Amino acid sequence: MAPLTASAAGPRTPLSPPGEDPRWKKVIRTMRLNGFSATALIETLHTVQESFGYLEPEALRFVARSLRVPLSRVYAVATFYHFFTLKPPGRHTCVVCLGTACFIGGANAIMDGIQEALTIAPGETTADGNVSLLTARCLGACGLAPVAVFDGAVQGNLTLPAVLEKIKGWAKS
Amino acid sequence: MMLDEINAIAQRQREKEESFCHRIDVCIAAGCLSSHSDDIVAAFEKEIARRGLEKSCRAKGVGCLGLCAAGPLVAVEPAGTLYRGVAAGDVGEILDALASSPPARLHCPRETPFFQRQLKIVLENCGRIDPESIEEYIAAGGYQAMHTALTRMSPDEVIREVARSGLRGRGGAGFPTGLKWSTVAKAENATKFVVCNADEGDPGAFMDRSVLESDPHRIIEGMVIAGWAVGATRGFIYVRAEYPLAVKRVKSALAAAERSGLLGGSLFHTPFGFDIKVRLGAGAFVCGEETALIASIEGRLGRPRPRPPYPAESGLWGCPTLINNVETFANIAPILRNGSGWFAGIGTEKSKGTKVFALAGRVRNTGLIEVPMGTSLRDIVFAIGGGIKDDRGFKAAQTGGPSGGCIPEQHLDLPIDYDSLAAVGSIMGSGGMIIMDETACMVDVAKYFMAFCRAESCGACVPCRVGTTQLHRLLDRITAGRGAATDLARIEDLCDLVKTTSLCGLGQTAPNPVLSTLRYFRDEYEAHIQGRRCPAGVCKL
Repeated sequence: MAPLTASAAGPRTPLSPPGEDPRWKKVIRTMRLNGFSATALIETLHTVQESFGYLEPEALRFVARSLRVPLSRVYAVATFYHFFTLKPPGRHTCVVCLGTACFIGGANAIMDGIQEALTIAPGETTADGNVSLLTARCLGACGLAPVAVFDGAVQGNLTLPAVLEKIKGWAKS
Repeated sequence: MMLDEINAIAQRQREKEESFCHRIDVCIAAGCLSSHSDDIVAAFEKEIARRGLEKSCRAKGVGCLGLCAAGPLVAVEPAGTLYRGVAAGDVGEILDALASSPPARLHCPRETPFFQRQLKIVLENCGRIDPESIEEYIAAGGYQAMHTALTRMSPDEVIREVARSGLRGRGGAGFPTGLKWSTVAKAENATKFVVCNADEGDPGAFMDRSVLESDPHRIIEGMVIAGWAVGATRGFIYVRAEYPLAVKRVKSALAAAERSGLLGGSLFHTPFGFDIKVRLGAGAFVCGEETALIASIEGRLGRPRPRPPYPAESGLWGCPTLINNVETFANIAPILRNGSGWFAGIGTEKSKGTKVFALAGRVRNTGLIEVPMGTSLRDIVFAIGGGIKDDRGFKAAQTGGPSGGCIPEQHLDLPIDYDSLAAVGSIMGSGGMIIMDETACMVDVAKYFMAFCRAESCGACVPCRVGTTQLHRLLDRITAGRGAATDLARIEDLCDLVKTTSLCGLGQTAPNPVLSTLRYFRDEYEAHIQGRRCPAGVCKL
């Protein structure tokens, strides 16, 4: 396989996207920058997730066709890597870091407390679609352990009551 | 770009900096940034403008200042005053104190062992320069080593210099860097690649993240020099998607280097050109293993393959590929700038230079530190780290993450280098160091790491896929108070099997946390099994 070059057929014109949504343009742009090469699969999935929040089946099919990669391989890559999600996120997301420093700092107790309060397991979204609970391997903010990310904002030196208060605030909104 | 242009940029930048009587540096690395240190920069700028001090005083964001536990940190130069736990509302008080002594409430003395006992080579620019400014990197001596290498040294001379320095791979295994470079250089192929492994997967490590966020040009310079030495013209930085700030700063550094003619074709008017692209990881620990990393850059599942052939012979798209860790590349420019003899004069007989550690856990001064190889664990924990939080007792230091082990109190005077860590059953690893006190249950710690390895096993080989699952089940049983008398023998047997028969480093090292805790804390395992109790009071038996 030639590195990072367009397929043997030369520059390709993009296939038409599944809908009118302008976000598809960003996805097509990533593929074009990489010459519609199969090696751009992970980069493209990153763009899809960044634009749509998750990888929907229609997107996987579109990427597979555009990069001429079997859908099975696209699905394999999308499910192998933990960063990718096939489920739409809730309105709010809470990502609890379970890295070693956070583990030593009591992240498990915080995690248990959140699960109890929301009655969902990690990777799930509350029935009303309000809060998604996720875990991270390590956010690299070990100096501030335990750490979590609330709607994209990192917060450190957490305690269970502080976390629960934050989540209760979301329930009201 | 020519040398006199670089020197002119450096000169202009230094003059600009020296025109200010007071330079206020606010840490905007991820730790302090999560405490909104960007608001502090803005508040300083606003207050400086309000007081009409723009000519004598400037504020800017800089990389990691090291003492994450006390963030957000603010340094005032040239006085060298450091402030801790600063909030946007404190900027007036700090500006008031410029001419007098710092307010005690915010002052963070620098005459403490945390600052005095460190030696900064890799982190020399961290907390000093604006990571988004190529001019500041150049003013700090940046890109000089690259100029020397490309215009005055042959590839062979560069490799000899790196080999003579004694630098060993900082990703954890400690392979001699010069030897790796010469293997790739000797491989005959028109196309070769240089890859920077920034897939910092050890949960509890943030050295690479801090370097990329604080001083990204240093990595670019190291990679270009490596490309010249081994005969490669293209490079990739494989960085975790979980580090959005590092990704952003690396990308902006690459763009700045391209604009300045420090990346791209005919560098310094030589025939040599080099370009670098960023590839994002997607959250798979196994992708830190070099053959899995290559598969991932190629857009495939991150599954390792058997070696040989090693990537030095057959790597990316089958071409010879040099893969080094972030910290390894960060050492290259200083080695060429100051000479291999200087570097080889630091450290121990077989481990040269310094090592960056992410110090975390139950220690007072959590943060990013850099010490000469051979510094004792006691110095790191009690002098630099300030001892254990809440005056509790030290129990163990964990190094090397899921591939490493726990070092108990009896080895506190161990000089930290590759070989002495291996001798006590741990590994150097990439630099994560988690300090544990008596409240940590070592069986629970072993279970934690095994759960990690079980989840991260790619599933390609049976010993790792099944072995980590079975080991986790056994450990889970013990921590639940249902352990059998024969379990420890069974665990040791299984550890031996997983270690010797797994395909890649993930499986081969997965038993290490179990084996090292069994070696030093066997009584805790026995208390769980025979006494049905957890001495640390962590496990609910």
